[in-house]
Amino acid sequence: MKREVVKFIIFAALVMLAPLPLKQSYLLNVLVFVGINTLLAVALNLLLGFAGQISLGHAAFFGMGAYLSGILTANFGLNPWLIIVLAAVTVGGLAFVLGFPILKLKGHYLAMATLGFGIIFYIVFNETIGLTGGPSGLPGIPNLAIGSLTFDNDLKNYYLIWGVTLLTILLCVNLAHSRIGRALRAIHDSEVAARVMGVNVRLLKVQIFALSAAISAVAGSLYAHTMTFISPTSFGFNFSVELVTMVIIGGLGSIYGSFLGAALLTLLPELLRAFRDYDIIAYGALLVFMTIFMPGGLVRGIPDLMLFLWSRLTGKRGGNAQTG
Amino acid sequence: MKKLLVALSVLFVCFAATAVVAAPPIRIGGLFAVTGPASFLGEPEKKSLEMLVNEVNAKGGVNGSKIELTVYDTQGDVTKAVQLATKLIKNDQVVAIIGPSTTGETMAVIPIVEKEQIPLISCAAGIKITEPAKRWVFKTPANDHVAAAKILLHAAKLKQKSLALLTVSDSFGSSGREQLKVLAAQKGFTIVADEVYSPKDTDMTAQLTKISGAKPDAIICWGTNPGPAVITRNLKQLGLKIPLYQSHGVASKKFIELAGADAAEGVMLPAGKLAVYNRLKQNEPQMPVLQAYDQAYKKSYGVEASTFGGYAYDGFQLLLGAVKKVGATPEQIRNGIEQTRKMPGVSGVFTMSTTDHNGLDLSAFEMVRIAKGDWELAN
Repeated sequence: MKREVVKFIIFAALVMLAPLPLKQSYLLNVLVFVGINTLLAVALNLLLGFAGQISLGHAAFFGMGAYLSGILTANFGLNPWLIIVLAAVTVGGLAFVLGFPILKLKGHYLAMATLGFGIIFYIVFNETIGLTGGPSGLPGIPNLAIGSLTFDNDLKNYYLIWGVTLLTILLCVNLAHSRIGRALRAIHDSEVAARVMGVNVRLLKVQIFALSAAISAVAGSLYAHTMTFISPTSFGFNFSVELVTMVIIGGLGSIYGSFLGAALLTLLPELLRAFRDYDIIAYGALLVFMTIFMPGGLVRGIPDLMLFLWSRLTGKRGGNAQTG
Repeated sequence: MKKLLVALSVLFVCFAATAVVAAPPIRIGGLFAVTGPASFLGEPEKKSLEMLVNEVNAKGGVNGSKIELTVYDTQGDVTKAVQLATKLIKNDQVVAIIGPSTTGETMAVIPIVEKEQIPLISCAAGIKITEPAKRWVFKTPANDHVAAAKILLHAAKLKQKSLALLTVSDSFGSSGREQLKVLAAQKGFTIVADEVYSPKDTDMTAQLTKISGAKPDAIICWGTNPGPAVITRNLKQLGLKIPLYQSHGVASKKFIELAGADAAEGVMLPAGKLAVYNRLKQNEPQMPVLQAYDQAYKKSYGVEASTFGGYAYDGFQLLLGAVKKVGATPEQIRNGIEQTRKMPGVSGVFTMSTTDHNGLDLSAFEMVRIAKGDWELAN
């Protein structure tokens, strides 16, 4: 546990210091979105990495949070902070209710069901034009504010979003090392065994599903207030898949892995811009390479790679000495 | 001593030379959906803009300054559009941005350019972009309601009273649907059916069967390829003899190709003048621009120019006019664009004002009919 505390403190310090060399540059803006994606990836990892339940519909929870915040603040002028809490509770509650029938399913069937509700909500965002503004989007969402401090530039938004993300990471680290975390891992390995050991499998799965959805909704609210504009294309099936990719590339069941995955997938298109028109090919090739050679995700793959390179380097010398 | 003198004089000559040749370059940015679902817009827009910038630079630039163009691909994604707009402004230090390609992306980028005070010339058609007029935001495609009004005017001429709407559920379709409903009510049409299809649908016989039950005098379809082509084919397959209007969103030869010349026979639509310029009168003010653009595009890329690429073409011409007339700071460019009067472009003749940041009217479109796989004027 002590190691976890040290890890978290180092991570938090790095996050807090990161904007200093960047000043007001464009990269800061990208890092704001890395924060939002980390929040989402950590939330999905609870479900996918720990409990081993796939969801291809998490973009819908993200979207619901964004639209609840957007509509109620832009059109009805309600207090944005209150709405964030309300959105988290509503979406969490909805996921709780949905979770009972859906999480009875397993494997491909669960993937299909979550895919289904993801698409249904995407259609709702698109078609309820009176409320959501439809495909042309919902403009005029206010920035968050505390008193006279308005979160209206990248630097302020960076600290706001990373503040929430760090808190969530702390919560999840704690959860992972608690009795619940162990129970979730037990479910992941064998549901029957977990049930035999006295874990209420059904309830726990639904609870973690609801928690994951609630965190995604908070991410959605923050996204809406940062962008001040939302449209349905950000909450479609593609984004659900991107989230799953982040979690898997980062490393299933590792919270810092989720950060690595989110950071990589958000920053990679920027780094690959040097390839100009071939960036998409390079992007795809890299993802394939990583899934083949780093099946445990970046969080295990990077140390392994370094170890491998190191042993290769030193090993070769040793080998030469032997043959020579 | 001699060495020092030589070194100094070399340095001096270098300095003088750079001072003469390189007036500071004018940096402009392009944001287009080059890949992704809206690539049919972004790709010709990017190509048109690159072509124009090369052309201007080959002629020595504008007022002695070369133009430096940076284009980013938004993939049609609003989050990326916002990130890349920030990048253009903060990292690349552009004085103006042309794009984005879609209404959603433009709406997302507007708060940034308004805050950073950088002129944005959008290539998206949505009416919300310039209505109400925003200080730093312009757009080159004609408003959807202009195309809608053109269709209704034609329908009134043909004494068609009851109309059926069939629109796609994306920002283009929902904007058209909204405008059509408002205008139809104003002009005394009755809408007897109002059906929607999704951009990826591959068969619309269900909607058409329902529409045929309502017995409209004409159907107005609002979407971009391939949906409208499918609808045109379905209508033919069902053997329905209801006149069909399409929107300006399909005003390219591609549509006739997709629908088949046989099924597309008789379909009417408001088209930008680019599609039919060789059938227009020679004294048309846009004629030289249309001809120049089409020929230059064919020469550079070997394919016909499209109306969509014309949006970026017009955006660049507005920008160029402003730089020539007023100056090259963001503020001067903004003022220059707003002072544009009667500038013939690809999409129409632009006359901007403080309240009108689009500057086009009904004359931007021609009503055309498809006959034997080609366009003919419908008037």
